[in-house]
Amino acid sequence: MSTLSPVSPNPATGVGTLKAPDGGPELPVRRDRPFSRANLVQTLAGGYIPLIVATLVVVLPLLWMLLSSFKQPGEIVTTDLKILPQGLNLENYHTAMTTVPFARFFLNSLIVTAVGSTVKVILAILTAYALVFVRFPFKNVIFVVILVALMVPPQVSILPNYILIAGMGGKNTLWGIILPGLGTAFGTFLLRQHFKTLPGSILEAAEIDGAGHWRRLWQVVVPVSLPSIATVALVTVVSEWNDYIWPLIITDRPETMTLPVGLTLLQNSEGNGAGWGILMAGAVLVIIPILLVFAALQRYIVAGLTQGSVTG
Amino acid sequence: MTRQLTGSPAAPAQTVQAPPRRGRWSGRTRRDFFVFLALALPNLALIAVFTYLPLINNMYYSTLDWTLGSASATVVGFDNYINFFTSSDAPQVLGTTLVFTVVTVGGSMVLGLLVALALNAKVRGTTFARSAVFAPYVLSGVGVGLVWLFIFDPGYGVLSWLLRGIGQQSPQWINDPQLSLVMVIIVYVWKNLGYCAVVYLAGLQSLPKDVMEAASLDGANGFRRFMSISVPLLSPTTFFLLITTMISSLQAFDLIRIMTPLGNGTSTLIYEAYLQAFGAYNRAGYSAAISVVLFVILLIITVLQLRFVERKVHYS
Repeated sequence: MSTLSPVSPNPATGVGTLKAPDGGPELPVRRDRPFSRANLVQTLAGGYIPLIVATLVVVLPLLWMLLSSFKQPGEIVTTDLKILPQGLNLENYHTAMTTVPFARFFLNSLIVTAVGSTVKVILAILTAYALVFVRFPFKNVIFVVILVALMVPPQVSILPNYILIAGMGGKNTLWGIILPGLGTAFGTFLLRQHFKTLPGSILEAAEIDGAGHWRRLWQVVVPVSLPSIATVALVTVVSEWNDYIWPLIITDRPETMTLPVGLTLLQNSEGNGAGWGILMAGAVLVIIPILLVFAALQRYIVAGLTQGSVTG
Repeated sequence: MTRQLTGSPAAPAQTVQAPPRRGRWSGRTRRDFFVFLALALPNLALIAVFTYLPLINNMYYSTLDWTLGSASATVVGFDNYINFFTSSDAPQVLGTTLVFTVVTVGGSMVLGLLVALALNAKVRGTTFARSAVFAPYVLSGVGVGLVWLFIFDPGYGVLSWLLRGIGQQSPQWINDPQLSLVMVIIVYVWKNLGYCAVVYLAGLQSLPKDVMEAASLDGANGFRRFMSISVPLLSPTTFFLLITTMISSLQAFDLIRIMTPLGNGTSTLIYEAYLQAFGAYNRAGYSAAISVVLFVILLIITVLQLRFVERKVHYS
C-alpha cells in the first residue's frame, strides 16, 4: 500500500560514463545505452511519471481516509491542513461504535456475506455441473434463460422484490436481505464456461470406476476447478459485502442493517464538520476488509470482474 | 460426454449407438433427468422468482395508481408513463441520466485507455500500479462516497484547502445542482476507470507485435502508431467497454445516494425510481413505470451488444 517498492536499483547514481561490466567492451555500437541521460528522461517521462500519477490519484484519497480516521475533531475543523494525525487515536472508532450499533452492522455484514456467498457458490457449482455433465432435454434453453437473467439489472426489480419479501415477513430480517440475491446467473455462467473446457476423459475414468454424479462432481470436477471457483467466490463476496440498494430498502431498523446501510445512519447523525473523523472511521471499516481481500487475491477478482472482455 | 464404453470393444459403431434408443426412458436417462433437476432446480427457481417474476410484476405495477403500503390500487393503464413523460421532472431526469451516462462512460474510457498505456510501459512497478488502479472498482460505493464527500467539503475538505492555496473559494458542491452532478461524475469516474484500464491493458497486450514493429520501421512515431494501429485494433475492446460501462452507469446508485441523498441535480432514472417509491412519495406505480423505462433502455443496449458481438468481437 505504500510506494512502489522494487524500483530498479540502477540509474540512481546518474553518471553516464559507467558501462555495465557484464557485456564487456566488445559491442561498442549499441544504440540505446540504458544509462544515457536521454534514455533516463524518456523512461521517467514515458514510464514512471504517468504510472506514479495514476497510482497516487487512487491511493491518496484512501490514505487520507485512513489518516483522518485517527484525527480528533480539532485536527479536522481547522483552516490549516494537518496531514498526519497527532497519534494513533482510536477515539473516532470508539464513537462510531457507540453512536450507532456498529459491531452489530459489522456482524450482520459478515453473516450476510458468508451465508449468501456460500450458498451462491454451491448453487453455481451444482447448476453448472448439471448443465455440462448431466443429460437433460432443453439444456440450451435453460442456459439461455440463465444468460438473459445475467443481463437483467437487479436495480429494476427492487420494488417487486420489496413487495414480495415484505409480504413474506422478511422486512428487517437477515434472511430477507439474503434470499432474493441467492439465485446466481453470473457464477453459473462462469463455471459452466470453465467446466466445458475440462477434458471428458477424466470424468469417463471416474465413471468407469463406478463413481456417480455426486462423487464425480466433488472428487473430480471441483478439485480441478478450484481457481475458477475461487474467482466466483471472491467476486460474490465482494458484491455481497458492498451491496447497498437492497439492504437499504429492506431494513429500517439498526438491528438488521448491514455496514453500508449503517454508515448512512451514521452520516445522518453526524452532519457537522466535526463528524468527518467518525465517518472516516466508518468508511475504513467498510472499505479495508475488501481492500485486504483484494490485495491478497486480486488475480482472481480481476479475472472474474473483467471476464468476457478478452478471453470469454 | 458420457458416451457408453460398455460391452465389446469390437462391436461396430452402429450397434454402439443402438442401446440408448431402446426406450427413451431407460433407467440411466431417467436417473439423469432427476439428477439434473435436483442439482439445477434450486438455482433456477430462485432466478425465476427473484429475477423474472419481478420483471413481469414491475410491468403490472406500472399500470397501477398505487401508494406503497396501501392495500388498494386502481388500474390506470399507461397513465403513469404519460404522467412521467409530461411532468416537468421528465426532461430533467432524462437529461441528467444522459449527461451522467455520457460523461462517465466517456471519462472512464478515455482516462482508462491513458492509464492502460501507462501500465503498459516496460518499467518496474506496473503490477502494483495495476492492482492499485483497479482497487476502487471493488470497494464499497458507500465508503468511497463518504471519503470523497469529505474531500469535497467546502469547509474542511482537502480540495477547499488546495483551492484556498491558489486564492480560490471552494464552491458549495452540495447545494448547487450542477456542481453536485459534476462531483458525483468525478467520483464515479475515479471508482470505475480502473476497470476500463485493466480491460484496455489486456487489449493492448494482445496487439500483434509484428505490426507495431513494421510500422516502427516505416518511421511511424509512437503517437502515429497509437492512433493508426492500436486504436483501430482495440475497437472490439472499446465496444465491449462502451456497452458494459453504459449498463453500469445507468444503474449507478450507491454514490448518488450517499453524496446527494435528495437527488438535487443528480436524479437519474434509477435514482428517481428509488425516490418515488422509497423516498418521500411512496408512489409505487409511478416508480415502477420509471423502472420499466430504464429497463427498456438497458434492453436496447443489451440487444445491440448481442447483435454486434456476434459479428465483431471475437470470444475465444
